Amino acid sequence: MATHASPAMNFEPGRSPSVAIPQVDPTAFYDAKGEHHPEGSTMLGFWLYLMSDCLIFAALFATYAVVGRNYAAGPSPKDLFDLPLVALNTSMLLFSSITYGFAMLEMEKGDLSRVQIWLAVTGLFGLAFVGLELYEFHHLIHEGATPQRSAFLSAFFTLVGTHGLHVSLGIVWLVTLMAQVHKRGLVPENKRRLLCLSMFWHFLDVIWIGVFTFVYLMGVLQ
Amino acid sequence: MSAASKAGHDDHGHGHADGASHGTFKDYMTGFVLSVILTAIPFILVMGNVIGNDRITGIVIMVFAVAQIVVHMIYFLHMNTKSEGGWTILALIFTLTLVIITLAGSLWVMYHLNTNMMPQHMHMG
Repeated sequence: MATHASPAMNFEPGRSPSVAIPQVDPTAFYDAKGEHHPEGSTMLGFWLYLMSDCLIFAALFATYAVVGRNYAAGPSPKDLFDLPLVALNTSMLLFSSITYGFAMLEMEKGDLSRVQIWLAVTGLFGLAFVGLELYEFHHLIHEGATPQRSAFLSAFFTLVGTHGLHVSLGIVWLVTLMAQVHKRGLVPENKRRLLCLSMFWHFLDVIWIGVFTFVYLMGVLQ
Repeated sequence: MSAASKAGHDDHGHGHADGASHGTFKDYMTGFVLSVILTAIPFILVMGNVIGNDRITGIVIMVFAVAQIVVHMIYFLHMNTKSEGGWTILALIFTLTLVIITLAGSLWVMYHLNTNMMPQHMHMG
């Protein structure tokens, strides 16, 4: 950094700092390697949002890790968790990930009706996931394992509930985009939005890997 | 990694709205099959109590989780070192650093707080 003549200009690794690209033409700067377009910044921005969301989940995971074994003489994960149900839930989310991938592939081909079909299938898998989670929560609360019962249950409901809320909002976003695509077709704006939702959806599946491993499977082990 | 970055390179010149957020059918299917395997094994290990030692089982399923997260990153999120001129991977590395500090730091501090602050006779009594 110290050896460069103008460190402030050195936005891109490998680019000579002496070339004053931004003053010439902002788009030329982003297209320098032939792989960027002005709209590309949306994807990077959305990725940064996902990373900040990842930090929220990291804080919730840390909370669960710290207080997850404080049962307050109440039920422990072993008493509460139903692993076959969690396995079913996990498969719902995994199926929804691959069907969203199929929607993206059809979007590449420009096949509007098939995009809509795969998006609808993804939404149904998402709804099944949220439905199963709500059933589980209802069952737990019915058994007296409410969020107020112990620190473990507070942390559990906060972590899993936050993930479920993300999936629910993802479904709302999905339905909105289906309406948008229905009305305006696969215009560049809608493609960009669908790509953002794709990242969001796959990101939630990544978080769920942490949830089912760390909360459910490890919980039943201890 | 090579498959994902190859897919990223194939996209150039098609006028897409982003750097490398596309995969092929093969990418998605590879990711899906790997994910199913990496999900099924931990569930079988825990539900069937295959290993018999909870500590070892815990470590093994954590390794499977990390492997599956990497698979998702590559085949579903199409992460590679090239997209957005390397800024996505940089943001990811920065975030992972913070995540590790948050998790490891919380556990470390709270563990010592519990062991040092709680008198042993309170437990015994």
